[in-house]
Parts: sequence; C-alpha cells; structure tokens
Amino acid sequence: MSTELPESNVPPPTGAGESSPAPTRRTFIATSTAVGGAVVAGAVIGGTSLLDPEEATAAEGPPSSRVSLTVNGTHRTVTIDNRTSLLDLLREHLGLTGSKKGCNAGACGACTMLVDGHRVNACLTLAVRLEGTEVTTIEGLADGAELHPLQQAFIDQDAFQCGYCTPGQIVSGVGCIQEGHTGSPEEIREWMSGNICRCGCYVKIVRAVEQTAGRK
Amino acid sequence: MHPFTYTRISDTREAINAGRRGGRYIAGGTTLVDLMRETVEHPETLVDISRLPLREITATERGGLRIGALVTMSQAAAHPKVRTLFPVVSEALELSASAQLRNMASIGGNIMQRTRCTYFRDVSADCNKRDPGSGCAARDGYNRTHAILGTSDSCVATHPSDVAVAFAALEASVHLLGSDGERRVPFADFLLKPGDTPRREQAIRQGELITSVEIPALPRPLKSGYLKVRDRQSYEFALTSAAVALHVGGGVIRDAKVAAGGVGTVPWKLAAVERALIGRRPSDALWTAAAEQAADGARPLTHNRFKAELLKRTVERQLRIVGGTK
Repeated sequence: MSTELPESNVPPPTGAGESSPAPTRRTFIATSTAVGGAVVAGAVIGGTSLLDPEEATAAEGPPSSRVSLTVNGTHRTVTIDNRTSLLDLLREHLGLTGSKKGCNAGACGACTMLVDGHRVNACLTLAVRLEGTEVTTIEGLADGAELHPLQQAFIDQDAFQCGYCTPGQIVSGVGCIQEGHTGSPEEIREWMSGNICRCGCYVKIVRAVEQTAGRK
Repeated sequence: MHPFTYTRISDTREAINAGRRGGRYIAGGTTLVDLMRETVEHPETLVDISRLPLREITATERGGLRIGALVTMSQAAAHPKVRTLFPVVSEALELSASAQLRNMASIGGNIMQRTRCTYFRDVSADCNKRDPGSGCAARDGYNRTHAILGTSDSCVATHPSDVAVAFAALEASVHLLGSDGERRVPFADFLLKPGDTPRREQAIRQGELITSVEIPALPRPLKSGYLKVRDRQSYEFALTSAAVALHVGGGVIRDAKVAAGGVGTVPWKLAAVERALIGRRPSDALWTAAAEQAADGARPLTHNRFKAELLKRTVERQLRIVGGTK
C-alpha cells in the first residue's frame, strides 16, 4: 500500500469530494472508513506516483482540467478535479504540506500563499483557475539552507507555540512587509488580522514582522 | 462540493453568452467557493471572468469615478483617486475582510456577495432565501447579528458588504452589460429588499455582467469616511456601520450623504438624517439630533434590540468624525 491512488478512482472525502488525496496515513484511514477497504485496495493497484504529478490523469468521473503553474520556482502541470482548491492541490497532490488547513473557509489564514506575489487564502482558490500563475508557499521562502529573514525572526522572537498557524503567519507577513503596511505595531496588527493564532502569540508575531521590516 | 464544469473566457461578449446559457460567473470566488463547499451554491458550470478587461479605474468628466468590476478590493482601496476623492470608499474597503481576501475579491463580486446569516449557510436549516417556502429559522432563532431595517416575514438577513454601504451613501450606479446592450441601475435599485422573494437579491438578469460601479461627481470640498462597529477589532462583519460624506460651504452643510450597514437587509440609506443635516451649521447638537432619526422604522428581533441604539450612536459619532465640531 505504498503507491498513489489514481485521482479518478479516489472516493471523495465524506460529504465534500473536492480533492483527490494521495495516500497519506490520514486520507487512507478516512477513505477506508468512508467506503470500505475493498474499494480503496482496488484503486491502489492502478496508482501513479505522487512524485510525478505530470502523469496524473483523469478518466471518467467528475469534470477535471489540466492546469500549468509554477510552484516555488518549479513548473508543474497537473490534471485535477475542478473542485480542487489550491491548498489541496499542494498538500494532497504535490506533497507540500507546510501550508495548513485550518477553517477551509477563508476565516483563519492558515493556508495563506502568495499567488503572483499577492497573499491569498489558498482554501478559497480553485486550482483550476491558476493557469500560468506563480505560487509561493512556506516551503519556497528559504534560500537553500538559509531561512527567509521572517522565518528567522519568528525563531528569534519565539513567535509561536503549537505552530499550526505559523506557515500562514509567515507567508502573510511576507506579503504584509512587501505591501508596506508595517509602519507601527497597530498597522501590522490590522494588516495581519487575516491570520488567527489560537495560542495567542500575536505580540511576538508583530515583533517578528517588525524585526524583518527593519524597524528594530 | 458538487462537481462542475469550468471554462475561462477572456472576451466579454462570449462571457455574456455563456452566462445566458446558465453559466455562473466567478471573479474573486471568495463567497462563491465558500458557499459551494457548504453546498448552499451548486452551479453546474463556472464561467471564469477574472481575465476580462474590466480592471480600470477611470475618472469621469465632472469628478466622479468609474471602478471596473474586476478591480480587486485592495486595488480599489489603494488607488490614489479613490483615496483622495472618496475616502469613505477606501476606508470601507480596508475595514472589510482581511488583506488576503481583499487581494482576491472584486468590486463586482463584493456587491454580489450573499448574506452571512448562519441559517442561510446551514443547509439543514429552514431558509427562504436558499430554499423558498421553507421558512426563516433566524426569526425565532439566534438573531443577534440580523437586520432591523428592511426586513420581511420571509427574511431578516443583512447584506454583509461594507463598500456597498459607501456606494449607497454616495448614490453610485451599477453598469450592467447583457446581450441587449448596456444599462445603468441606481445603487438603491440594484440590491433588493427581501419582501416575499428573498431568493432574488439583485436587479440583475440572467447572463448580465457587472462592468463597473460609477460614483457620481459630488460638490467639493467633500469630506467623507466610514465607521464600522463590530465584535472584534478587525476581520469581522459589522454590527453597525456608517458611511458619511459632507459638503460644507460658508459654514453650512450644503450636501449630506449618509448610509448605514450591518442593520439592513440592504445597505440602508438614511434620507431622514441627510434632510436633518442639509442647510444647518455643523454642531454637536446637530449630530445628535440628526442621528436620532437613524433607526426610524426599525423592527428589532429577540436578540438584536441593541442595534437601534448602537446605530444612532454610530451615526452620531461618524458625523462628528467627518464634520468636526464648532
């Protein structure tokens, strides 16, 4: 049970069906629970590799489309169920699980990515719409082994506890700094309000953004 | 989410044809994708209009502005002409949603956005807007955030947009393009009160496309601004809000544009407040007296009685912020 499920054969997650998950432990358990092991086992036999999304194919089933985009500098062409969000494309198809799924409704910011340089909620972005775009995720910020200054600042300022919101906070912070909304702690708070931190690390998050924006 | 076919169109005429055939337009998608995931919306075909050439902000001849339907909220808010001519518009935009959502959402989509009523969004609840004839769970449910103005027995949901409140105050108009050509609808007639047909929310026809929102020229100098009162400081919908624009000449208010948000089934133009202001000299007493009429006709529900008083205070405070005191 080590290869990927072909998209067309993957049963949709209960009640939603907007992504075609690769067989992580989580999704395997979820689909097994939802539809029974026999169906899943049958699907695995014809699987394609997670590492070769270009080979992913669509067969009969929900409408799908082919889309080419650049993710963290790497060109990708995938064929996906039209319902797939950008977040699910990256997490479930391309193995980039740094961006998190919090609310899946545009209310928490954990999935924040840059699309053509602008920060967006990847959960509300249909991947099929991104033809020709450039996407940057938390995985694309570091330069080799050297962290992005804001990543380093989050460590310096101890700006997280559980860490679940942190990738979204950092990518959003990069956008905030690029936009120039870092004139004061109050301004940073307002322009970072789309990222919720349930551990309540806001004071240190603001400091990390300030540090990177060159105010300290 | 239900399956759908997807098509991206870069020609306006083709888009209108696809819309007439039943395709559902998607621009920023921040409302639509969310509601599709909740299965409140289940379009069979999405027509992606995001690459249509509707991204210009242009000055009109006498000092108004025309904002293309696909200009994003963040682009409109940051535009120098919007900021200098109509601060109330940029303030309303920047007090909306989050930076991420404002980067995605369009001006046309913003005024087309659907209510945040929790019962509308919950497909297991009765909702005349989502499922005509099923009833309104909000009337006898938890209705703290619901409307007190413009309601009907069928529906008490608020319109959630902030910038639409500014547009209503400024008496903007919506430019629509359909297969029969272009038409222009005053903002006051574009968003519809629920009445007996809460499902119908805008005066837009099948296949018609919003091309721009036009803000008319107003006498200068004009001071304007937007105040939003909510349960948390940011990234939250309004409990109440006030859009105010005042033209003062010779120490007298010559023109006043006032509308309220968070309280109505549509952005609520406060004509009585405007009448109470025009021809008078700015003063604290005037702001109080004019704002006293802001909640005229309100029909509060079980949990939102506070909104009538909050609305008066919101309007009074924003009149003072914009108009100052003597």
